[in-house]
Amino acid sequence: MSMLHRHFILRITTKLLMPFILMFALYVQFHGDFGPGGGFQAGVIFGAGFILYALIYGIDAAEKVTPPGLIRAVMALGLLLYVGVGYFGMFLGGAFLDYNVLRHDPVHGQHLGITLVELGVGTTVAATMITVFFSFAGRMRRGKRPE
Amino acid sequence: MGIVRLDNLLAVVMLSGIYSLISAGLFVTLDAVDVAFTEASVGGGIATVLMLATLALTGDTEKQGKGKLQFMPLAVVAVTGALLIYGTLDMPSFGDAMAPIHQHVAPRYIAEAPQTTGIPNIVTSVLASYRGYDTMGELAVIFTAGIGVMLILGTGRRRDD
Repeated sequence: MSMLHRHFILRITTKLLMPFILMFALYVQFHGDFGPGGGFQAGVIFGAGFILYALIYGIDAAEKVTPPGLIRAVMALGLLLYVGVGYFGMFLGGAFLDYNVLRHDPVHGQHLGITLVELGVGTTVAATMITVFFSFAGRMRRGKRPE
Repeated sequence: MGIVRLDNLLAVVMLSGIYSLISAGLFVTLDAVDVAFTEASVGGGIATVLMLATLALTGDTEKQGKGKLQFMPLAVVAVTGALLIYGTLDMPSFGDAMAPIHQHVAPRYIAEAPQTTGIPNIVTSVLASYRGYDTMGELAVIFTAGIGVMLILGTGRRRDD
């Protein structure tokens, strides 16, 4: 627990930066249609925000914010959303991953489809990054304990 | 070159992170902003953090090798490199507008992507709509990689038994 009392400046800076990092990730996610970026980059930035938190405040604090079980579920949920959009288009009479049929207007359908699919990419990427980091960190924690 | 010569792995990780950042800048000057974004966040950020985590697990100095020159790996590398260079000989020159890659489907994407998808960023529309299957495959690869890491390293849960 001595970690919590050292690195005073780092802890305060992290606390100040966190909302901006997550906000920027969301901006990259939903503005990917108009500027550079998209689900993948947004997911990585979102995950990096939580990894920064885990690095500074320790794994135990980070696991309270993002419970590993929930993160693993979210990881599968993103891919399911992607594939689900694909099958939903099939259900509405189009081909797999055909967004034209999602709305009455093909252009709106494309826009909706791409937004949903990018959201799926973002959630899975962010959750995977956090999970991978937790795996590494958990390994370290187990290694340090005398068994 | 410094990356190959160094024995201190911490310095190697830092150098490769800097290299990622520099190549991200290179992509920006080539007008590939989306690629630059990915390189900066993944190569410069996440990969560096994960490499540092690995070093914390394994130790940060390289094991001394036998010091003897080994000819078989050198021969394999030389032959592969020669084949790759031979393969590039009949490629179109860099920036050639008549190259096949600029003539096949790219003009169609550029001409009609903004109208058919209603999205100004062509890269996004190609990735998510025209190449939807590819992106789905990539997402599945990331998902599988995450599961693989969990299986090898454990889920990070404490085992109290």
